[in-house]
Amino acid sequence: MKQVEVNITVPNQTKYLCMIGKIGESLAYTLNNYHGDREELAYHLNLVLTEALSNAICHANACDPTKEVRVSISASDKDLKICVFDQGKGFDIQPLAKMKVHETAEGGRGVQIIFKLMDRVEYLRKDSGNVLEMTKRLH
Amino acid sequence: MQLNITEQDDIVRIEVQEERMDAHNSGDLKEQMLQLFDEGKYNLIIDLSAVRFVDSSGLGALVSGFKNASAREGSLKLCCLQPQVRSMFELTRLHRVFEIFATVEEAVDSF
Repeated sequence: MKQVEVNITVPNQTKYLCMIGKIGESLAYTLNNYHGDREELAYHLNLVLTEALSNAICHANACDPTKEVRVSISASDKDLKICVFDQGKGFDIQPLAKMKVHETAEGGRGVQIIFKLMDRVEYLRKDSGNVLEMTKRLH
Repeated sequence: MQLNITEQDDIVRIEVQEERMDAHNSGDLKEQMLQLFDEGKYNLIIDLSAVRFVDSSGLGALVSGFKNASAREGSLKLCCLQPQVRSMFELTRLHRVFEIFATVEEAVDSF
């Protein structure tokens, strides 16, 4: 059964990272029938949304201020699904997920964090852009 | 990004006065550190006591400072991490790279 669904579109600017991250954080405290550590889930949802959105804004949409990013979050009793839609050309996400990041590399950790914290991650072509679909089991 | 910078002997303490370090603001910290390196100040303590959230960009800015300080035979140390921030260093294994102290005093004494 669906508990909650949130759809939001923001301009392609990093100042919106905080707002979207906090929506995820708040959601963790309102889910019904979740028996895990809510404080940890809140941080993880904030983090996954921040990483996915900054990838969409800075990489997929190449910091183009005329573009937008759409975020959809839906939670059921079983799982939580986050979709981040960009308007870029797309790329192959799997090599980034598997790439060995040197311990003193400055970048390359964002996608790997998403893969660590979510149970299923796919990056697909959708309409004239792409969607990063991330699912987390709640039980 | 709001940063409070104080100096004692040859050690510079940068207190990050923000709740979040993310892709929106962490470039400011990176630039501030580069400016300090240009001034010949290579021993830094980053005080993260006010920071409740850090993402991969925030970590990247700290790694940049760490590498630049080390390359100049200085060091960058961290202190006062909140538990969730500390967990980010463990998730990314960066706790094995940085020297992390519970208090500013401990960080100062380690130089």
